[in-house]
Amino acid sequence: MSFEPKILGILCNWCSYTGADLAGTARLKYPANLMSVRVMCSGRVDPGFIFDAFKAGADGVLICGCHPGDCHYVEGNYKCLRRIPMTKTLLQGFGIDPNRLRLEWVSASEGLRFQQVVTEFTEQIRSLGPLQLKEWGYTPHQSEAGHPEPQPALNQ
Amino acid sequence: MAKPKLAIYWAASCGGCDIAILDIEDKILDVANFFDLAFWPCAADFKYKDVAAMPDKSITLTLFNGAIRSSENLEIAELLRAKSVVMCAFGSCASEGCIPGLANLTTLKEICDYAYLKSPSTVNPEQIIPQPKTKVPEGEISIPVLWNTVRTLPQVIDVDYIIPGCPPQSNQIAAVIEAVIDILQNGKPLPPKGTVLGATDKSCCDECPRKRDVKKIKKFVRPFSIVPDPDICLMEQGIVCCGPATRSGCGAKCVIAGVPCRGCYGLPSHIRDQGAKMVSAIGSVIDSQDPEEIERIIATIPDPMGTFYRFSLPDSLLRRNQA
Amino acid sequence: MSKVSIEIDGKPIEVESGTYLLEAVRDLGVDIPAPCRYPYLKPKPSCRLCSVEISEGADSVSKIVTSCNYPVTAGLKVLTNSEKAIEARRAALNNLIGRTAPTTLLGDLAAQFKIDNPKWGHKYVTCIFCKLCIRVCDELVGAKALSFKKVTDQDTTSIKLDPEKCILCGACAFVCPTNHIKLEEAQDRPVVHSEMSLGPNAAISLTFRQAVPNVPRIHTEQCIHFTMGGCQVCSEVCPKDAIHYDQPDQIEEIEVGTVIMATGFQDFDPTPMKQFGYGKYPNVISAIEFEQMNNAAGSTGGKILLENGAEPRSIAILHCIGSRDDNYHKYCSRVCCMYALKFAHLAKEKTDAEVYQLYIDMRAFGKGYEEFYHRLLDEGVNVIRGKGAEVVPVSYKRSAEGGLIVRCEDTLIGKFREIPVDMVILCTALEARSDAAAVGRKFNISTGADGWYIEAHPKLAPVSTTTEGIFLAGVCQGAKDIPDAVAQGSAAAAQAMRLLNKGEVLMDAAYAEIQEQFCSGCRICNGLCPYNAISYEEAKKVSYINSALCKACGTCVAGCPTGAIKARHFTDEQIYAQIEGILT
Repeated sequence: MSFEPKILGILCNWCSYTGADLAGTARLKYPANLMSVRVMCSGRVDPGFIFDAFKAGADGVLICGCHPGDCHYVEGNYKCLRRIPMTKTLLQGFGIDPNRLRLEWVSASEGLRFQQVVTEFTEQIRSLGPLQLKEWGYTPHQSEAGHPEPQPALNQ
Repeated sequence: MAKPKLAIYWAASCGGCDIAILDIEDKILDVANFFDLAFWPCAADFKYKDVAAMPDKSITLTLFNGAIRSSENLEIAELLRAKSVVMCAFGSCASEGCIPGLANLTTLKEICDYAYLKSPSTVNPEQIIPQPKTKVPEGEISIPVLWNTVRTLPQVIDVDYIIPGCPPQSNQIAAVIEAVIDILQNGKPLPPKGTVLGATDKSCCDECPRKRDVKKIKKFVRPFSIVPDPDICLMEQGIVCCGPATRSGCGAKCVIAGVPCRGCYGLPSHIRDQGAKMVSAIGSVIDSQDPEEIERIIATIPDPMGTFYRFSLPDSLLRRNQA
Repeated sequence: MSKVSIEIDGKPIEVESGTYLLEAVRDLGVDIPAPCRYPYLKPKPSCRLCSVEISEGADSVSKIVTSCNYPVTAGLKVLTNSEKAIEARRAALNNLIGRTAPTTLLGDLAAQFKIDNPKWGHKYVTCIFCKLCIRVCDELVGAKALSFKKVTDQDTTSIKLDPEKCILCGACAFVCPTNHIKLEEAQDRPVVHSEMSLGPNAAISLTFRQAVPNVPRIHTEQCIHFTMGGCQVCSEVCPKDAIHYDQPDQIEEIEVGTVIMATGFQDFDPTPMKQFGYGKYPNVISAIEFEQMNNAAGSTGGKILLENGAEPRSIAILHCIGSRDDNYHKYCSRVCCMYALKFAHLAKEKTDAEVYQLYIDMRAFGKGYEEFYHRLLDEGVNVIRGKGAEVVPVSYKRSAEGGLIVRCEDTLIGKFREIPVDMVILCTALEARSDAAAVGRKFNISTGADGWYIEAHPKLAPVSTTTEGIFLAGVCQGAKDIPDAVAQGSAAAAQAMRLLNKGEVLMDAAYAEIQEQFCSGCRICNGLCPYNAISYEEAKKVSYINSALCKACGTCVAGCPTGAIKARHFTDEQIYAQIEGILT
């Protein structure tokens, strides 16, 4: 079976969630890999949400907000615009390809664009492959059966 | 009646926490009077087997400092957990990984390679790297297995209380010990499990005396590159200060001295990831709406991982470099 | 001013002293030609065609004076049609004829004064040297751009223009009695149906006929007075003394509780669609121009006429110009099919023209519409299913004659057709106003891909917007016909009334609040709120959110480094739980 990535979408209420809704009412199909969480504004997106998503098993995170200048809350999307590049820097520090995180502007009328963005991003994540986190999944009880990380074979 | 037993252990740590305990001045006499010191390898000679021989729950209080990064650390942590009534993660290493935790930015192989082979001060012509098991004529000897990932104490055992800080401030230690003695002597109820002791729920800014205003940052600078105004918030002067996302309790000693907060008291109770919150907060106050300028401003923050996760990397949401 | 009594042609009359004789005479209904007289300039006799015979007092000798500049005095006796007066005028007329080329004005006068075979003194120059143009430019406009010059064989104008000084106001051409001065067309297209602006293209005009308040305004950039400081004719003629040039523009600030956006649409400009020849062939007109022509108060008095004033023998009505068109607007403008049918009906009623409807689909969707369509079919309107492809002149050589050919494919008979017509009406698309997005931004509402304002929900909230208290009415939200616009307008009014009546606003349960016990007063959130809902309490060293101002965007919640700000209904716990819930 081919790899089906899990993608978390964090969509702003006024533009992108409505745009996604429009994609739905217009019967535009986009990959079911995207699972959406609605926030009122892309400015509500805390980088912690993104890290938590990767921790919880997401292979990619897509954040959508209103186009610059069109924010329902005047400039919440700019706050998001400023947080995302730093979040990407940290993702790199965590050894996660920053391309697994994407910020896109989708307006309420851009159902088609939403479809295209999701389709394209899903394909991108598919080509990046599954994100396998190393530390997570460890429980101390495993220590009874031997440590999960034996000393790597080091050259002498 | 026998005195309650106290154990103090150091795992992956620098020993600073032990010194901080001694730093409580004459209160240390109260400790000696009130407790029977069951185990403190840093201060006196105890054997692991002595501890193993104690009955379970025979130690009243264990102050455990140091992160967990080897089989030995884990073994002793589990041993002390079994023998202790109250297990307290003492200091930043035990509670959130601290400086040893920065090892999670790289791999064990990289660390060993550097320490035993590449470091300029290393002389190791035979290229010997320690191995967990080594055959010698007398038989096989073993040393503890060093892990690829540094963990915090609460990640490996059940911890009752946390005393944060690198190291915890002496006045806070003294206050905690005083409270413990009070509880034990007078039979008062213990605080709820998971309570952070010797600190508050607010952030470092609460104790910071500097004057704060609405923040708009055009450029970040390093502390040595400017002479900071002594009365104004360091972040407003462009210095990355982790104070806003760091638990208070330390007395804001660093910021008072003109050095930005590094975040050693760990994250306040209501957030999940110190670095993510710092990014969110700093991103909020960058004064630009132009993507290119934003990139330029962000590029002036040196070493973002080391700055935002200096103390909390193993306790962060993603815990380590996943590559 | 005192009244004085005079006698004109034996009739006693009372006039104000100081009035010029010509006015007094004209008040009496006696017509005296005075081509060089313009009421808003000081009279200066040059044509002398207004000469009359007068005598002051009983015994005085009669004399000939120019009535235009002769002030009346008490006891004046005037003879307008005496032998002497007529002779004086005839002499003046002959003098003018002897200097100029034939003109309607002088030709008619010559006939009136029974001058047979007038001896025209010039072949081309139609100037009668009345100096009105120069005087109006000097005295009224103040541009001082005109002067007389010598007429040569090559250049037959008698007036010299200083183009640097000329402000292109056209006052000289307006006052010229013989049309010697002409304003040249600035654009290629002659003004055929100039009523497009629904008012004269003057510097003072009604914005449009139904404007509220229905008063004209002065367009200062075109007004002579505001450009040059002179003129002020309008205030002179205004009987109500309503014109004040020093009235400044005022910006009124009105406090309101709700706003209904009813900014409407703009007409699609078909000029870029070269194939239809709009702007090139004068008888290709847009729907609104045809509508204006049918207006009884319009340029043709409600008659359907071609540019040359003749009645069209055949009319083609082309649907979907700019709408249902991938190159312009994909949407259907909804109103065109029905007004096109109405046009056909009007054309059938007012003329004998053959009418052709070229349509893609006949969308008679409303109540009674389909019935109307069938009625039109019974009236003998030719309906052709196929969009008009091109409009060309009957013959390029004879394009001046105005005949047009409409080319189309009749999809019902599967044939390419060429239909000769006199007039082509383009049913242009309704499109969003070019400034809709900018206006929308002011009200924090957004426009869709097609430019119309977006409603809060296409089915459940078609009148509301995403901004509380702002409602949409009419075409600004999307193309619709009058009943639909009225219905939506009523709904918007009801929604607005509902808010106003209540006098209080129901707050959204979602808002952010600062948990004081965790706030350390770092003030990072202070600059984040677009609504200035966050303030800092110096005494407590904590920030505070005014929940009435908060709109729950959550930017401060994400920005709060201690997690002290809580977004009700979008708390960190809820969002983390959602993320973890859907991913695991």
